[in-house]
This record gives sequence, C-alpha cells and structure tokens, in this order.
Amino acid sequence: MEQVTIPAGQLRRWRTPQEVAALAQRARRREVLTQTMIYVLLTLISLPIVVPYLWLVAAAFSERVSYGIIPSGFTLNNWRFLWVANLGFVSGTAGRLPNIWQVVANSLVLAVGTAAIVVVVSTLAGYFISRHGFSRRAGFLKGALALQAFPGITLLVALFILLRSLNLLNSMLGVILVIAALHLPFALFVMKGFFDGIPWDIEMSALIDGASRLRAWYTVLLPQARNGIAAVAMFSFLWGWTDYIYVLTFVLRRSSWTMALYLNSVIGEYRFADYGLMAAVGVFYMIPSLLFFLFTQRQLLQITLGGTKA
Amino acid sequence: MLLLFLGPFVLLTVLFFVMPAIITAFLALTNLDAAFQGTYVGLDNFRGLFADPLLPRVLLNTVVYVFFTLICFNTGLGLVLALLTTHIPDRVGTVFRAIWLLPRLTPMVVYGLLWLWFVDPTKYGMLNTARSWFGLAPLDLISASPWLVIVLVNGFIGASLGMVILTSAIKSVPEDYVRAARVDGASSLAIVRHVILPLIRWPLTFVLVNQTLALLTSYEYILLVTGGGPFYDTTVYALYVFRRAIQNGDYGYGAALAFILVVVGAVAALSYWRLLNFERMISAPKIEAD
Repeated sequence: MEQVTIPAGQLRRWRTPQEVAALAQRARRREVLTQTMIYVLLTLISLPIVVPYLWLVAAAFSERVSYGIIPSGFTLNNWRFLWVANLGFVSGTAGRLPNIWQVVANSLVLAVGTAAIVVVVSTLAGYFISRHGFSRRAGFLKGALALQAFPGITLLVALFILLRSLNLLNSMLGVILVIAALHLPFALFVMKGFFDGIPWDIEMSALIDGASRLRAWYTVLLPQARNGIAAVAMFSFLWGWTDYIYVLTFVLRRSSWTMALYLNSVIGEYRFADYGLMAAVGVFYMIPSLLFFLFTQRQLLQITLGGTKA
Repeated sequence: MLLLFLGPFVLLTVLFFVMPAIITAFLALTNLDAAFQGTYVGLDNFRGLFADPLLPRVLLNTVVYVFFTLICFNTGLGLVLALLTTHIPDRVGTVFRAIWLLPRLTPMVVYGLLWLWFVDPTKYGMLNTARSWFGLAPLDLISASPWLVIVLVNGFIGASLGMVILTSAIKSVPEDYVRAARVDGASSLAIVRHVILPLIRWPLTFVLVNQTLALLTSYEYILLVTGGGPFYDTTVYALYVFRRAIQNGDYGYGAALAFILVVVGAVAALSYWRLLNFERMISAPKIEAD
C-alpha cells in the first residue's frame, strides 16, 4: 500500500470550541443584520400604503390635517352626512345628494342580492359538478374554467344594450344579475373545491343507510360545506358592495344610487374643499370591507393556485 | 336533477357571458349611436380603427401601462414582497402581506379618493405637502407624468395577487433544498436565484399571464383617478372603449373596439387549461348511480 501524503496546507484540523462559538456568533450577527435590513426595506415600501389609510381615518375625525398627515381638533362634524339632509354645498347644486340611508339600503340590496344568487347557484352547480358524472362533464368544466379566466368587463357595452332591451336598466335587479353572473364561474370552482374536500365515505354511508342522493346532499354534504358557503357569501357580498363600474353604467337614477356613486358624487362636489367630509364618507363606506379584512386576512393570504381554494 | 342543479348556472352564464359576446360582434357591424339609432354598416367600424387619430396614443399608453405595471409591480414587487415576507418570522410577514392586501379589498372609489388626495395639485395633497418640506412648488402630477400615475395607481393594487400566490409557492419549496444549499455555503441571494426561483417558475408564469390579461382589461382605477385625462393622456385601450361607448354613446364603434378585447380575452381564457393543471380538476366522481 502506498502511503498517501496530504500537503500540509490542506490538512484539516478540528476547530476548537471557541472558534466554533465565534463562527456561530458571526453567523447569528449576520442573520440579525439581514433580518433588520428586510424589516427596514419592507417598512419603507409599505409606507405608501399605510400613510394614506392613516390619513383617511385621521381626516375623518379631525377639523384639520396639517402637513398632510398630522390631525388636529377632534370633531364629528365630518360625519354630518349621516344626520343632516343638506350638507351645505359649495358648487350651488344643493339637494343633489340622495339621502344616505336610502343609499345604504340600495347598497345592501345590491350586496345581499348578489350574495344570495351567487351562493344558491354556485352551491347547486358546485355540488353537482363535484359529485355527479354526466356526459360532457369535462366539456362543462372546460367551459366554466374558460369563463372564469375571461374578463367579463370587456362585455360592458353589450351588457348595457342587453339590459336596455330587457328593460332592466336603472333597476337594481339588472346590476345584481350582471355582477352575480360574471362572478359565478369563480364561485363555482370555490364551491367545487369545498365539495371535493368532503370525504366520499360520509356520503356513501348516508346512501347505504337509505338516503336518496338529494337527501344525502342537504342533510350530510351541505352542513360539511358551510365554510365554503360562508366564504362565497362574504366574497359575493363585497363584490356587490364595492362595485363601481356596473352601477355607474347601468344605474342612472339618483334614487337607485349605491355607496360607490354617492361617494363619487361627494368627491365631485367637495374635492379641494372638504377632505374631512370625503374621508368620513370613505371610512363609512369601508366598514364592511374592513371587518371582512380583519376577520379573514389569515385565510385570504392562503389562497393556493389552481382555483380550488380561495 | 341535472337541470335543477346546473340549470341556473348555465342560464345565467349563457345570458350574461355568451349572449353579450355575440351582441358585441353584431353591434360592431352597426353604427348605433347615443339616440339608439343605427343601421348595418358592415366592416366600416373596423376600417375606422385605422383612421382613428386618438388610437395610436391610446395604444402607446396601453403598452407602457401594461408593461411597466406588470414588470415593476404585479410581478416584480409581488415577487419581492413574497421573498422578503417569507424570510422573516411568519407572524410579522403576515402583517406586511395583510397591509398589501388592503388596497385590493378597499372599495375602489375609496382607493381612488386616497390617490386623489395624494396627487392633489393644490398644496394640500400629500405629494405637494412633502414637496413643500423641500421648498418645492406644488406640482400637478397627473399632467406632469401621466404614465407614472396610472402605473402607480394600478401597481399598488396589483402587487398583492402575485405576492399571495408566490408566497404560497415559496412556502412549498422543500426546506431541505434550502438547508442543503446553505450548508454548501450559498448566500441568501444565491439561494433565491438558484433554488427558489427555478422551483417557482410555473406559478411565476401563471402570475405573468394572468396579470397581463387583467391589466389589459381593467381601467376602473384610472377612470376614478384621472378620468383618462388630461385629454386622452392617461386613457388606456379598455378605458377608451368605455369612454367612446358608454360616455360618448358611440355604441357601434365602441363595440368594434370591445370586440378586439373580447377576442383577446377569449383566446387567453381558452389557453388556460394548460396553465391550470386541468387534469386534476376533472377527476371523475366516485358515485355513479344516476
């Protein structure tokens, strides 16, 4: 056997405990430095979002906002749109804004109506597509998936003409149907995903116990899918609540205005004149979205790709 | 049974997806105007596209807007946010991601209001307040840099979708790969470049394609903040359709403009099956007792 000689320079020796500790400390220090840099960077790029929202809330409750961001003089006067009929208009169009509670009622009709249609239709279709085989099932799924990817907003001009010929312009029902229909494919895949997640055994045992498919559906499967139903209900409520383009296009009558059109008009009237009032209306309008955001942001952040969970 | 469960879905989607698409095609062949008077004009509207003096500017706006918003924000910033927030403890990372999700959940008129305040041309807006600290005169940003405004307005909304999708993609990268690279002495940047990026290539492609289509067809935030102005300086193609058809009442010509978007949308939508792991979705149901 030939003796293998290792050149002195390449000879490894064990590191002493002190050296290991020093290395570990250096690595830790570098890690802390990296983390700090990430925090600083994230804070800096998130400021353009945080500051405007802080301003919005501050401006809604104060008389003045100095230096753009520092509020002073607490007041509820900006919220007078909730109890005063005539807001004191600046551009001589007094009385143009409809009553706020009428507007809130319209918005609620739109949001609840959209949610009701989307929940019922997507729960029915989502269940069927998840659990039943039928000819052209793959074709149906392909079609629904294509519709989900299709940008419905490009159909706005035709939808306007369609609603006009159906005599649904200016009616809340028309807007509800359009918003609901355009979001149905997405809701379908969400509901299908939830039904897919329910184990087959549960349904099987119900069937073995003598339940019909229909009975198994509403006594066994529906309760299991309640998280999905809740998610779709909340999403579709907000689609209706926050919509701007469709109400702007299809609702021309002042008495059918929703919060979006109301705020838009307030901005038109008071821009450059009363940021406090605009901010208060904005905060008021945001309340449902904020509640939704606070309670569900954890789930929202776990959307996975593939349209099965959202 | 089939009719009861799928009937409502099919009815609504045919009525509000398929019908409007057909109506768009037919409208595009007429000169329907604000008084709802119109006759068949053949392909005149499409010939008119080439003679439209506003269209070149609108198309240029669209290309600039889609390209820069997509690269800088919807994909670029989305990726950066996803990478940064997954490199810190998850509790803190979630807070930052939630912040970026906020604009998307805000009613769009409220989001528009925040921007109107930010770019307010008088000295009361945020931007001009900040400028005054440095002794600079108030600036009307929308007139001064119209492209910058439409990119920023959409970018702060758009970054969140990429962020959410790429975050879950990064989280699903096996921890072993990252550890192995680190043991081999790879720096954080090298790990991102050589381990994470290649593994999330597919979701990244999805975000790119999906967001290109989304940007191409969305205009509501631009409408709220600039109204497409001054003149047509911030009008992108989809907003041009809205302004010509809905605001000016040129339904026929507007439909011809919209028809092109409908075709683009349809082609993109039909190519989705490849992108979205379709085989998994059509796995057959286990009970066949109808």
